[in-house]
Amino acid sequence: MIRLILMRIGLGLLTLFVVSAVIFLLTQILPGDVASSVLGQNATPENLAAFRHELGLDQPALSRYLTWLWGVLHGDFGVALTNKRDIIQELAPRFRNTLFLAGYAALLALPISVGFGILAAVREGRLTDRVANILALICISMPEFFVGYLLILNFSVNHEYFPSLATVSSDTPFGERVWAVTLPAITMTLLVTAHMLRMTRNSVLAIMSTPYVEMAFLKGLTRGRVVTRHALPNAASPIISVIALNLAYLVVGVVVVENVFTYPGVGQYMIDAVTKRDVPVIEACGIVFASVFITLNTLADVLAIVLNPRLRHPR
Amino acid sequence: MADDSILELQKLKVETITGRVLVDDVDVTLKRGEILGLIGESGAGKSTIGLASMAYARAGMRITGGRITLDGTELRASTASARRHMRGKSIAYIAQSAAASFNPSMTLMDQVCEAPVTHGVMSRADAEVYAKQLFRKLQLPNPDTIGERYPHQVSGGQLQRVMAAMAMSCRPDVIVLDEPTTALDVTTQIEVLSLLRDLIREFGTAGLYITHDLAVVAQIAHRIMVLRHGKMIEMGETKQILEQPKTEYARALVNERREAEHLALGIPDKVVQPILRVANVTAGYGPTAIVKNVSFDLAKGETLAVVGESGSGKSTVARIITGLLPRWEGEIDLSGKSLPAALASRAPDTLRRLQMVHQMPDVALNPRQTLEQIIGRPVSFFFNALTKDVRTRVHELLALVGLPEDFATRRPGQLSGGQKQRVCIARALAANPEVIICDEPTSALDPLVAEGVLKLLKRLQDELGIAYIFITHDLGTVRRIAHRTAVMLKGEIIAQGPTAEIFSPPFHPYTEKLITSVPEMHTTWLDEILAGRSSVLGSGGPAIPDSVLQARAAARRVVADPTKKDSVEWLAAMQVLSDGQKPEQAGSFNDLETELQNVKGLTEI
Repeated sequence: MIRLILMRIGLGLLTLFVVSAVIFLLTQILPGDVASSVLGQNATPENLAAFRHELGLDQPALSRYLTWLWGVLHGDFGVALTNKRDIIQELAPRFRNTLFLAGYAALLALPISVGFGILAAVREGRLTDRVANILALICISMPEFFVGYLLILNFSVNHEYFPSLATVSSDTPFGERVWAVTLPAITMTLLVTAHMLRMTRNSVLAIMSTPYVEMAFLKGLTRGRVVTRHALPNAASPIISVIALNLAYLVVGVVVVENVFTYPGVGQYMIDAVTKRDVPVIEACGIVFASVFITLNTLADVLAIVLNPRLRHPR
Repeated sequence: MADDSILELQKLKVETITGRVLVDDVDVTLKRGEILGLIGESGAGKSTIGLASMAYARAGMRITGGRITLDGTELRASTASARRHMRGKSIAYIAQSAAASFNPSMTLMDQVCEAPVTHGVMSRADAEVYAKQLFRKLQLPNPDTIGERYPHQVSGGQLQRVMAAMAMSCRPDVIVLDEPTTALDVTTQIEVLSLLRDLIREFGTAGLYITHDLAVVAQIAHRIMVLRHGKMIEMGETKQILEQPKTEYARALVNERREAEHLALGIPDKVVQPILRVANVTAGYGPTAIVKNVSFDLAKGETLAVVGESGSGKSTVARIITGLLPRWEGEIDLSGKSLPAALASRAPDTLRRLQMVHQMPDVALNPRQTLEQIIGRPVSFFFNALTKDVRTRVHELLALVGLPEDFATRRPGQLSGGQKQRVCIARALAANPEVIICDEPTSALDPLVAEGVLKLLKRLQDELGIAYIFITHDLGTVRRIAHRTAVMLKGEIIAQGPTAEIFSPPFHPYTEKLITSVPEMHTTWLDEILAGRSSVLGSGGPAIPDSVLQARAAARRVVADPTKKDSVEWLAAMQVLSDGQKPEQAGSFNDLETELQNVKGLTEI
């Protein structure tokens, strides 16, 4: 089992490496380059060449990739081309903000989706199940910016419960910070709950139709005990992987929501960089997103291995 | 009489929620300590009646009429919680597949003790002590510690016995046994059957024994009820049903089994060039060889049966010949030409000559295609036929396998199991093959339907001269269809020859064991066979067949011979002497495969 887990972690690292290469390649084929967009009107051929040389853009791609990768491995993402600031300095607080928002949303979404998912499975076909399903479907069918503006309209324009802008700085006190990001957090909760709820419900239901659950009923156990003792432990693996996927989405998928609420997170930083063709920043954000995604998925797989009774208790 | 009845079903009616009647107007009366056999084909409503006697209906079904009286309490009129308290405590259930009926993430002891603790019959500590007693009675290895294991850590035969212990954990009045030995190998079936019988007798438990195998139920039931399409056809004492069935249908069921016992085919007299020659073939999965050094020949128009217990490598032989699993060593010739090891490197015309019929017709047919598409595909693929000609050929093939022409527009979902298997045969025939590999083609079918399919295969062979490799664990089938038989044990062929020779003395010791394990249609068979196996050489009881003693004596000689240690013969002899006491190996291969798939699945993410 240990060997399997190590294998899975190794595989995660390999994926991350491949992703870094892909990110680098993709930024290379982005149309336009930073030199011409920074110099604008002053872009004479001589100026362009000098500027590119200064930025190291005239080096061959492979050597630039290796230099970049070496830096990343040492926690050095280089400097932003546009304002010459150290990327890591800019990225770290924004990443903390993004994690804060994602964590907040997860705290809301997890109990709701898993709890109602199980409840819907236990009461399959009855009112609770249908209402939960319909609500989940409605939420997932609406685009996040729409939900975001709807919430702003209702809760900060018509009724001034929450601020419409979630602009926070590093010295905003915790309580105020929570209050400020409540609307974006709710928006994201609505976004991911549906997926998790339905998967939880379906995983539990799939297990509920197995012969060993029928056997548990025939032993005269109560429905509650059958669900908690026999169905849930075996439904855990698929539920965990869906949760991991959605947690990753909470971090990675914030781009739009951060823009709607002008929240200073990684997503906003990345969009900014793309418009300015600031390649090192794009690369840095890409790597951060990829690491989160891969880490969470690896974690889910490792948990699935640990929870598998066949692997945990070999013959 | 009514006083000592423990379970009474009156005018029981079960329907699906769409209104299809599954069980219609069935009456069952079970006295204390009595065992009633419920027998019939699948869809006869046997299991539904078994579950209904616990006032339980599966998803999509409803008990719509009748009375269910258990120990004086009418269950349908009781509250849900009263019904729940009866289940597991007064009436318990033993399911067909033990592997699927245990929660994979709980220890066996936790699952066995669940019912007595929940129903307040015993404390957890008492329940454990009692469970260990039951384990000992059921002759489970390490009865004191086996409860700490997880379901995947014990073999299928052992799990089935643990399930019996689980059912007995509250000392119920009635026990429902739903095909408890069907999923087991013949050799394990005997053990489990005799243990179940002893346990039920000792506790004086009443039982409903559900099965499709008359010979099995004959060993255990006092009375038998024959069911068909949810209705009772006939009911009577076991002896009467077996010897003088009154109804046409019961007679057909009994005769089908009788034929299996008495029919044998002659050896084909023609000595011709073998069409398929398999020489010293070895292959397996990963680093382990599953099939070792297997050789046989197959002549035109001949049927070779490959028999053995599950895990013996029978199906792997089929995979090797078809090239799905490339062989590591050895040679396979088809019509004198060597076959490439891997499927991908074989020419289309080679593929055409070698076709396959699978065990499960349900999963071997694409449910979204019509029969014309299914059968027509090989016709157009191998013969480049025009659409018009394909249609004519499909109609021909349908007629050949005994299906009406207008079936061409149907889809598999509209057919019965037997009809689906006929479609699979038609699809194999569409390629005009010389050899068809049949991998347990009848084991998923009911006896009478299987009979029809076997007759069809026989007729096709006579008409078209096709050679069959017939993989099966059902020795009754072998005797009816195979000219020659090869017996496999642990990936090696330990005996092969004309079927009549393999099935008559002097037997190879392992073959002997397989043959004597097939239940026979008289009520004393189990006692005789158990007496034969437990008796020490020479001092046997009255009814021990000489052949059994001879086999055991032969096995002892082989084991005693140091030059034969670890040879195939030695293995076989050990198997005979151990008498099924090594149950680990049967399940282990399946588990290995599952684990491999798990690992594969992980690396693919």
